[in-house]
Amino acid sequence: MRHLINPLDFTVEELDKLFDLASDIEKNPEKYAKKCAGKKIATCFYEPSTRTRLSFETAMLNLGGSVIGFSDAGSSSASKGESVADTIRVISCFADICAMRHPKEGAATVAATHSRIPVINAGDGGHQHPTQTLTDMLTIRSMKGHLSGFTIGLCGDLKFGRTVHSLINALSRYDDIKFIFISPEELRIPDYIIEMLKDKGIPYKEVIKLEDTIGELDLLYMTRVQRERFFNEEDYVRLKDFYILDKAKLSLARKDMLVLHPLPRVNEISVEVDDDPRAAYFKQVQYGVYVRMALILTLLGIE
Amino acid sequence: MLNVGKIEEGYVLDHIQAGKSLTIYHLLQLDKTDAQVAIIKNARSNKMGKKDILKVECPVGSINLDILAFLDRNITVNVIQDGEIMHKEDLILPREIKNVIKCKNPRCITSIEQGLPHIFVLSDEKKGSYRCKYCEGKYDQI
Repeated sequence: MRHLINPLDFTVEELDKLFDLASDIEKNPEKYAKKCAGKKIATCFYEPSTRTRLSFETAMLNLGGSVIGFSDAGSSSASKGESVADTIRVISCFADICAMRHPKEGAATVAATHSRIPVINAGDGGHQHPTQTLTDMLTIRSMKGHLSGFTIGLCGDLKFGRTVHSLINALSRYDDIKFIFISPEELRIPDYIIEMLKDKGIPYKEVIKLEDTIGELDLLYMTRVQRERFFNEEDYVRLKDFYILDKAKLSLARKDMLVLHPLPRVNEISVEVDDDPRAAYFKQVQYGVYVRMALILTLLGIE
Repeated sequence: MLNVGKIEEGYVLDHIQAGKSLTIYHLLQLDKTDAQVAIIKNARSNKMGKKDILKVECPVGSINLDILAFLDRNITVNVIQDGEIMHKEDLILPREIKNVIKCKNPRCITSIEQGLPHIFVLSDEKKGSYRCKYCEGKYDQI
């Protein structure tokens, strides 16, 4: 049985197949409208995430399946002290596939170990968020036509931003990729990512100012500085407005650069940028549904 | 000077950091075997000043010594047969360490999930570094 816990769980070839399927779903949605008739997805969300949860639920409904689940730990047995291992054993009796979000890192790994149904990691603390990565990759592939040969700038919270860690891991398997990490000192990319890039001989640099480097980029991945990742409110308030993308900064970028963002946005991208053709972040949301539909079909083994 | 007799078959674990022999005794799960064990603490050592030694009378190959490489690569493992040292065993870092060390990342699932084994996976053989199987947090060597 296959699970998706880490973006690296799928080979590059398997990802190509998945993205081909997602692109076909985009072109011919009616062909897939009843593929999951009689199947159920359980969305087990121990912390709130309207966007990701609704994306999974929409994906399953688009495939003709149905949805069960909970949207915060308070409405689940976790509030009574039930372990993740026990919860997934129970959910395995109800549903055909499970998407799980949990505030603790590694929770989805625990779930996959004890599950009788495929588990999709819908985010485990600051660790991994593989379906956001698949969404980002499908967006890039669909809008640029390929996934290699890019200089990618990642900006904002690179320390706790799980979407960033997952995307770096996934794109590091493609040829001719260069990373530019744009963050304040306090939110620098973790050492294990730097180690991995050094081991693979992938070029990278770390900079503090977005303006200094935006002209070099093919892709700019913006992230939100998240309140819930800080132990202390003072640090959050001091750092949250550090990087804001506005028209002035965007005027220094290439005409064909794409701006991506996992959303929700707070104010790190000014709304004046939304109408710029380079703003790809709302298209990402739509690609997120297609890629989750493709993932559900793939993990359930439905042709 | 304390004298402990020769063993016929088994292992002599030498150059254990003074005071660590009991920890190693438990980690090798020698308390769960019938093997005869001599624990020598604070023996005089030219190299280390003082050291601990474990002598274990048991069939060669019956104890998994992999964890020793993780705990202390300076430990010497003498393999004894017919009362003589046959060879010194090379210590190889184990691929996985289970329930020996604990993940210290407060955000890791191991911090709240009851009954979950603490598993670390060898991530870099050259540096001897391990990462938590769940959160991938790095374990800083003891």
